[in-house]
Parts: sequence; structure tokens; C-alpha cells
Amino acid sequence: MHPYVLGLIGGAVIGMSAVLLMTFSGRIAGISGIIGNLLPPKPADDRAWRAAFLLGLILAPLCLATFTGNNRIGAPTVGPAVLIGAGLLVGIGTTLGGGCTSGHGVCGVSRLSLRSIAATVTFVAMGMVTVFLVRHVV
Amino acid sequence: MREILAALLTGFLFGLGLCIAGMTDPAVIQGFLDIAGQWNPTLLFVMAGGVTVTFIGYRLVFPRGRPLFAAKFTLPTASEIDWPLLSGAGIFGIGWGLAGYCPGPAVVSLASGRGAVVLFVLSMLVGMMSVRWMRTQRSATMPPEPA
Repeated sequence: MHPYVLGLIGGAVIGMSAVLLMTFSGRIAGISGIIGNLLPPKPADDRAWRAAFLLGLILAPLCLATFTGNNRIGAPTVGPAVLIGAGLLVGIGTTLGGGCTSGHGVCGVSRLSLRSIAATVTFVAMGMVTVFLVRHVV
Repeated sequence: MREILAALLTGFLFGLGLCIAGMTDPAVIQGFLDIAGQWNPTLLFVMAGGVTVTFIGYRLVFPRGRPLFAAKFTLPTASEIDWPLLSGAGIFGIGWGLAGYCPGPAVVSLASGRGAVVLFVLSMLVGMMSVRWMRTQRSATMPPEPA
């Protein structure tokens, strides 16, 4: 199947997950928030469902690989030093900005939240600027 | 218990969607962000699929008044587009562009067992904890922020 079609299908499955989590538990499917509230200091009281959601995330490619022989996980494109720096930035940025691609980009935009729309435009723009600088300028 | 099983199921679905969509390949993410190179629009299709289903689904769910396994919907209350939101999103965007990972795909990619992904996720956790720690320091002298 064409990658764009798979993108559309995969996106729809992500949307179904977000809708079901709201239907069952009344929660936004925002990964950075689900992770962040498990961490010190002051982790949230409702840690069990957060851990279960993350476990589900990790089980998905393992299950996919069992049935299709391909987990569809790509290799990192950069070395360890860049991964450490980028990881810090992603952790700091998503916590400061209250969300990432899932919470702001999918759930927030779907709620027509102006905050989420502003955040999504900002992180996509900064991502594009960063890749432009790294690939075409430096 | 039902809430935990629901989270396991929805987390699994979310991870499956990310894998099917190709979002667990950082080259695809960076290809989308590389508008001056060989642009790869796949992420646009993922967002279109995700937002369409969620937009319609939420409109069916919210009128029900409450979720099935919890007392109420837990939704963000902040409405102001402020500096922490924009600076945070900007910082996140830089990291996202550098590595091609956002939190969801990074966690899913832990299943590959690659040390490099573990390194990224651990750094991300450190970044998250540092902001959370700074907030507790600040809230000791300032009125608490809404959760």
C-alpha cells in the first residue's frame, strides 16, 4: 500500500484511540502528559492507567511484528550526542508547552483549542526551521 | 480496573496507528519537516486521518455528559496563548527536528530494543523532570497553577 494511504489509515487508528480513551476514561490522549505525570517531583495519583497506556504503546509494534513480520520501527538518523540533546529539548518543551504532537496536534486541534492550534503551528514551524538549518545551511 | 484495561487497549491502538502510519521512522518525520529537500508529506495524511476521526468522535462523545468509567471528562482549562506555551512548543519543535522523534513514537520505538532510542527517552524524561522540578520551586513562592 502507498505510504500516504497507510498514513491516512494509521492516523484514523490514532484518532479512534483518542476517541475511545475519551469515551472510556474522559482523558486526552496526550503522550507527553501521560508520561510527565508519572514522574517526580509530585507524580499524579492516577499512575496505573498512565502506565497501562504506555505499556500498550510498546506492545503494539511487538504484536505487529508477530503477525506481519515487520514492526515498522525505523533506525535513528542521528548519533547519540544529538539524540541526548534532542531528547532533553523534547522533554523540556513538551512539559513547558503542555503537550506534544498527540495532545496538542491531534486532540487539541480536534477540540478547536486555540492554544493547541498555536502550539502545533509553532512546533511544526520550528521543526522545519531546524531541519532546514541542519540539512541545508550548516 | 476497567479504566486500566481501557488505557491498555487505547495505548495499544495508538501505538498500532503510529506504526501503520510510518511515524515510528524518524526519517519520515524529518522528511516532512524538510520542505527545502525531498519533502515527504506522509505526516500530513496522518494528521488529516487523526484529526478527522477525533473531531467527529469527540462531538459524539461530549454530549453524553460523562465518560463510561470515570466521573467526568478531564479537559485542559487554560485558554490563554501565553509565553510558556509558545516557547515550550518552539523548544519541542527544535528537538523534534533534530532527532525526528516526538514522545509517542519514541516510546513505541523502545520495542526495537535499540540503545539509541533508550538514550533519547531517558534524556526526554530528564527534560520533563527538570521543568516539573522548576515548577515546584516556583510554586513555593507563587500561587499554584491550575492542574
